[in-house]
Amino acid sequence: MTLLSVENLSTHFRLPDGALRALDGVSLDVAAGETVGIVGESGCGKSTLGKTILRLIEPTDGTVAFAGEAVTGKPAGKLGSFRRRVQMVFQDPFASLNPRHTIGKTLTDPLVVHRIGNRGDRRRQVETILEKVGLGPEVLERYPHEFSGGQRQRIAIARALVLEPDLVICDEPVSALDLSIQAQTLNLLARMKADLGLSYIFISHDLSVVRWFTDRVLVMYLGRIVEQAPTAALWANPRHPYTRALMASLPDPASGRTARPITGDLPSPQDIPRGCRFNPRCPLATDVCRQSDPPLRTDADGHAVACHHA
Amino acid sequence: MSGFSLTLATDVPPLLEIEDLRIRFGAHEAVQGVSFTVHEGETLALVGESGSGKSLTALSAMTLLPDTACVAGRLRFAGRDIAGLTLAQQRALRGGEIGMIFQEPMTSLNPVMTIGAQIVETIRQHEKLSAKAARTRALELIDLVRIPDPQRRFHDYPHQLSGGMRQRVMIAMAVACRPRLLIADEPTTALDVTIQAQVLELIDSLRRELAMAVLLITHDLGVVGQWADRVVVMYAGRTVEAGDPAELFARPLHPYTRGLLGAAPRSDGHNHYTSGPLAEIPGSIASALGQTGCSFAPRCAHAEAGCRAEIPPLRALGEGRTVACRLAHADGTLT
Repeated sequence: MTLLSVENLSTHFRLPDGALRALDGVSLDVAAGETVGIVGESGCGKSTLGKTILRLIEPTDGTVAFAGEAVTGKPAGKLGSFRRRVQMVFQDPFASLNPRHTIGKTLTDPLVVHRIGNRGDRRRQVETILEKVGLGPEVLERYPHEFSGGQRQRIAIARALVLEPDLVICDEPVSALDLSIQAQTLNLLARMKADLGLSYIFISHDLSVVRWFTDRVLVMYLGRIVEQAPTAALWANPRHPYTRALMASLPDPASGRTARPITGDLPSPQDIPRGCRFNPRCPLATDVCRQSDPPLRTDADGHAVACHHA
Repeated sequence: MSGFSLTLATDVPPLLEIEDLRIRFGAHEAVQGVSFTVHEGETLALVGESGSGKSLTALSAMTLLPDTACVAGRLRFAGRDIAGLTLAQQRALRGGEIGMIFQEPMTSLNPVMTIGAQIVETIRQHEKLSAKAARTRALELIDLVRIPDPQRRFHDYPHQLSGGMRQRVMIAMAVACRPRLLIADEPTTALDVTIQAQVLELIDSLRRELAMAVLLITHDLGVVGQWADRVVVMYAGRTVEAGDPAELFARPLHPYTRGLLGAAPRSDGHNHYTSGPLAEIPGSIASALGQTGCSFAPRCAHAEAGCRAEIPPLRALGEGRTVACRLAHADGTLT
């Protein structure tokens, strides 16, 4: 069953020195119970995509539908159940919790906003979710500064889950965490998914984390999806030159000291190259790549790629 | 740290020798007896999580610690005691014989000075050169770090450059006076993965071209495996294990090193969330605070009463390998 359906979504920002096309015609579906990974480098639009789906940013074009109902085009005040059923976890657990609210208030506020239960119900619901993420009720009276980064991220996850959502958009949820804490947090997200039947959109720049945690992966570059495939299939057979370059750039002890990095810098999303967006850095680029933008073509096996030469 | 000097006995004294380094802020001892040596021309990686003391250790070699830090132990650079240097000598060492680059190039560069002017300033701080000669050197340096079109880039301000380019500028400034040692503190952590590969490749080729040693501080085990000759693993202010990266990763002897390797999602994809959880190291580094014995004991599945009683010394276990664990054996068992 398709839970979330995104069609041709674009988000452009108007800046003093021209338009910034952060997101440029992206379509994706998320099935119930699925974890969809979005991977790419700075400026690829992965965070803008997450925020636009939630309508934290208004799209320039395109539609988002959740559980068969349109999300885009509705007045923000009429999004009631969507706002409850789709939640977000951000990268920086230091910035995403209000330093002047107790953990109790941070976790209870979403329930108050959505008018769920009475005081006693809310308290029980908050304690239940805290226990699920591995924290005790004693944290309720405490403030964010009393916790480590890993604990804060647990609190941020608890805040996202207290409303019993169907879909959680995780934007680089483990990038700010140390390796040992990263493993604890990923395991927690996986356990919550199994316990609560969640779907995730998992946004990350870290390929090994995406490979571990996702069922399907979208690779983005400068506002577009360049490749999309089931996780195992993508690693077995990456078809887009950019995907291959990303994988080859991962430090690999086996390859010795001869990194074969792709040359050049990431172009600015304010100055998107003509034709295929990857052509200035692509080892396979030919004239056709410099002139026409390749569409995303899906093969029979569900593996989609936007490249003239793939 | 006799393990290294025994196995790597040569006529040349080590470039940087750190012995039983302790750094204390008030009542808190952040670095509690770290020892290692960096030899000419090699890349030594210092790896550890936040709070392991790896950056403080590097700053102490640069004599860049704040005045509030209480430093004890022996720090020698090319046979000279760093603590015994006058302030003028320290300044000459910093940016002269030892160059350093940091994680976030944007905050390390002056936003209101062109990159050319900043490189020129660095050069003239250390060498008596005319403005014109320094400018020529700066252009050569911009070219050396593979920034295209040096003439034009010379006049750019930091905000006009990408993150990768800014880090190249930092590298140009760090190597401006041909240092014998480059300290790189998380040089690629803020960079995208394709840019990270380029910058690490640049650092390594400069190491060879300029015959410098590199002290690479990182939390990324993949980076260590690919670019380091030797690795020192730190935890809560102490060295827990050191050795050859390939051997250390193939056969980690300290329970913390093992835990760290187990916690990383494997890049070969043999694990997936559907096939079970990642190996966790329970708890957090905060548990090391106030430990009388091994700082890792509160998180260690193998810890016994003896581990909590006294600090395990660093022992040599096999070729060039040292481990600070009472229970570790060279064959990888823990008893």
